[in-house]
Amino acid sequence: MSDRQYRVILAKLGLDGHDRGIKVVARILRDAGMEVIYLGLRQTTSSIIAAAEEEDADAIGLSMHNAGHLTLGPKMVEAITDAGLDLPLIIGGIVPDEDSEELKKLGVAAVLGPGASAQEVASTVRDAISTRD
Amino acid sequence: MSSSDNSISQLFEKTLSGERRSLGKLLTVIEQGGERADIVAGLAHQKAGNAHVIGITGAPGSGKSTLTGRLIERILKAGKSPAILAVDPSSPLTGGAILGDRIRMDDLAGDGSFIRSMATRGHSGGLALAVPAAIQLFDAAQYNPVIVETVGVGQVEVEVAGTADTTVVVVTPGMGDAVQANKAGLLEVADVFVVNKADRPGANDTRRDLDLMLDLGHLSGLEEMTGYRPPIIMANSLEGTGAEEILEAIENHANHLEKSGSFLIRQKQRTLMEIQNRLELLIGSSAKDVLQSDTGKAILLDVLERSISPAEAAKSIANFIIKEAP
Repeated sequence: MSDRQYRVILAKLGLDGHDRGIKVVARILRDAGMEVIYLGLRQTTSSIIAAAEEEDADAIGLSMHNAGHLTLGPKMVEAITDAGLDLPLIIGGIVPDEDSEELKKLGVAAVLGPGASAQEVASTVRDAISTRD
Repeated sequence: MSSSDNSISQLFEKTLSGERRSLGKLLTVIEQGGERADIVAGLAHQKAGNAHVIGITGAPGSGKSTLTGRLIERILKAGKSPAILAVDPSSPLTGGAILGDRIRMDDLAGDGSFIRSMATRGHSGGLALAVPAAIQLFDAAQYNPVIVETVGVGQVEVEVAGTADTTVVVVTPGMGDAVQANKAGLLEVADVFVVNKADRPGANDTRRDLDLMLDLGHLSGLEEMTGYRPPIIMANSLEGTGAEEILEAIENHANHLEKSGSFLIRQKQRTLMEIQNRLELLIGSSAKDVLQSDTGKAILLDVLERSISPAEAAKSIANFIIKEAP
């Protein structure tokens, strides 16, 4: 079942209004043949979890530009674990390299920064999902 | 095969007991189509039949999702549990899709309502099977009403919305004049009209054009035949005005269906259409098989050599399928 249609949730968590990047990523994933469930701005961990359940999502992508990734990233990982969901969390946005390592240690599947190519974005998401299949 | 049967029936039991994640997973099975989807649809069919199905359709950007969000708020307040199936188009080139209806229904997820986004996924007829199955699954899981939101372009989308118990058609000012309103199609399937963005210039003109169109239905005897004239409601989804009136109109229409016996007629029509869609898909796929077989290739050659016509070719293939059928 590797050719199934991937469904990815994209959201901004908390108070962070910079949504240019997440819109670009949504388009990249769409053009890579995935279904993007776009939640947009000011989501909470619980609204994202509810959407992931209802939409039977394969992955969650968070866009972070408010330097809150070390606080909110782990919270999202925890929410996913608490809900008993087995899906990868991918964070994109402005994340310093050392924080990126820290996030991965805490259970974030991948971190994408500025300059990641469209191909890199799509293959990172695809790989994060397929390693769980 | 039997292990997947088991997991499906387990998921179905859990869905009936209210587990949202199982419902989410079964909807995925329905979307994927095929044998497993048919099993889910069959289980759901046995338990369904209680929900009021509301179709909401209209041009892209007319405010359907925002309006749906407003309706859900009020339906939840009335103590009911609505399910929403939001259908958005897939890219015909890549098969991908951006499903963005949820952002218009903010803060509603998980609050007694269930929202599912569905992409059209290109393959013709797939949507025509998946949507009724999803509706029946929501129905079986005790969600009521079930709201199906589709873009009002394309035969299947109009068909899907048009076969709801109550179909709400959303229009906006500036979408054309009275002649457009009289053309056949989307506007014909409306049980309730909503003129959305009613604060915009031209909203009253739109209302008048729709009214005129309905008057002509009165003249031609259509109104007498159905005993029902669709109301026109002015709304502004952003501000939430008109939502109460729309729900009231939906309620009135449901009462009309009940009283006039049209409820059963619609249910019959819907069921007939579902069987027909499935039948066409089945026959269509065996037709494709024949076309690709040696028999089909031979017939194609005959047509290319102009010894028989395409119509004769189609007839002989149809005969072949009927003879081969078990």
